[in-house]
Amino acid sequence: MAHELTCWLRKRLPSGFELDAGLRVPLAESPVTVLFGPSGAGKTTLLRMIAGLERPDAGEIRFREEVWYDPTRAVNLAPQQRRAGFLFQDYALFPHLTVEQNVLYAARRGKGRELLAAFGVEEWAGRKPRALSGGQQQRVALARALAAEPALLLLDEPLSALDAAARARTRHDLRRLLLSGAAPAILVTHDRLEAMTLGDWMAVMVDGTIRQTGPVRDVFRRPADAQVAESVGMENVLPAEIVGQEDGLAIVQVETARLQCAFPPAPRGPVWACIRAEDVTLTRDAAQPSSARNRLPGRVKSVTPEGPLARVELDCGFPLVAMITARSAAEMTLREGEPICAVVKATAVHLVGG
Amino acid sequence: MDWQAIWLSLRLAAATTLILLAAALPIAYWLAFSPRRWKFLVQAVVALPLVLPPTVLGFYVLLAIGPRSPVGALYARLTGGILPFSFQGLLLASVLYSLPFMTQPAAAAFAAVDRKLLEASWCLGISRAETFRRVTIPLALPGIVTGAVLSFAHTMGEFGVVLMVGGNISGATRTVSISIYDQVQRLEYAAAAETSVFLLAISFSVLALTYALQRRFWSLWPMS
Repeated sequence: MAHELTCWLRKRLPSGFELDAGLRVPLAESPVTVLFGPSGAGKTTLLRMIAGLERPDAGEIRFREEVWYDPTRAVNLAPQQRRAGFLFQDYALFPHLTVEQNVLYAARRGKGRELLAAFGVEEWAGRKPRALSGGQQQRVALARALAAEPALLLLDEPLSALDAAARARTRHDLRRLLLSGAAPAILVTHDRLEAMTLGDWMAVMVDGTIRQTGPVRDVFRRPADAQVAESVGMENVLPAEIVGQEDGLAIVQVETARLQCAFPPAPRGPVWACIRAEDVTLTRDAAQPSSARNRLPGRVKSVTPEGPLARVELDCGFPLVAMITARSAAEMTLREGEPICAVVKATAVHLVGG
Repeated sequence: MDWQAIWLSLRLAAATTLILLAAALPIAYWLAFSPRRWKFLVQAVVALPLVLPPTVLGFYVLLAIGPRSPVGALYARLTGGILPFSFQGLLLASVLYSLPFMTQPAAAAFAAVDRKLLEASWCLGISRAETFRRVTIPLALPGIVTGAVLSFAHTMGEFGVVLMVGGNISGATRTVSISIYDQVQRLEYAAAAETSVFLLAISFSVLALTYALQRRFWSLWPMS
């Protein structure tokens, strides 16, 4: 009870978008919580309401023992009283102040100097923010926020303003810097890689509601419904029907194909079969022995290189996406229209209720 | 040259600008950030002196500060003096007359300050008043300086309002523009030309200096 952020909030935006989100974050277990969801799901609005920058239509926010927002008791703390540090997407550094003045802007006692050194921003102390790169600006903004000793840190898409190379570098640093700060953090992102690498706990938001919360690994492994599965990046979310059981495995029918899978949620009925593209292996030799239960003959529809990986779209009687390394794709000389066999382990097929 | 009139105008312009800095900035802030729907009415009232003939404005000010009006009566009770045809009355009229010249550039500058910067400051625990002083004012400084310079220059040259409210009392209300008018009436063209050139030179220098300074301001703080 004591170490939690709980809120349920309702807000109707002028665009007609309705947000109705309930969230409980166990702060003690989760130094970094990821608020994850596709663009336009309402993540930023929710974060701004928690910070006190946006007023909800109804709801409640409690942080530890404090009530931050409760209209039934006429409580609506100002952002200054909530002391939730907010890191804006473009960092919002004060352009008329130097890096040092930015960090010391609201610093408590010796905290500012300490953070200038700890964040390695001392060498740019005399510069104006516009002379810094995006990654450097982010460090300064984070140091500025932590120097005020916030009770909670809120980050809105902290990496989205960076280019791809800087993003990969900064992602690693950011986790370390967030853990070094005493305040628990809630971080908004729509990038699954960021969610997986930065977060301990995550909440998935789709269409203005929180669909699932839990440890990051659990959510990625077991999405609660088809929309969550799609938003956490399960490329293959297939309508399926449980048609039987065999040796403790469920048999599901997907179009014309039958798949075996572990952990059925229900004995019978319509479900979604979710398969991550990384879990699909390709082979030319359908007869080759293997421990994988599902062998699905099909044809290659397209091969798209994605950096070190290649995205292969297949037609196995139903559309199936496989992610393999670009090198494997080259070695196998995959061509469009070619027959191929997709191999999927029974444990890689995750069923969610329809 | 009528140095007494020039000195009076300079004093009047400086005092007007100072009062406007204190009085118009809160109005500008309110105009820039208030979500009120009837804001446009206040905007229209503030902008009125831009289009109203100075004689009309002067006429109403004269009525409003006359000894039988509440304002005039209060002033008489507090100071024992009267406002019409005095420097103080003239000052009051000038403040009203130059209000839009200070308010509008300042409001535009406040509105141009990225709201996220203010929110960032609030989330750092800094109060709204403190944020205004430490973030909004410095970032809006070019606009505020523009407003101050325009108010100063506008007051230096005002004529119609002075005539209505101040009259033509040497040392108390005879401003430089009234002095030029008098000189022309008396066919003293040489004296009028001298004073006019002086006024033209002052106005041009002040504006040129302001714009030069602003160029530096903007190049220091480009607001993308």
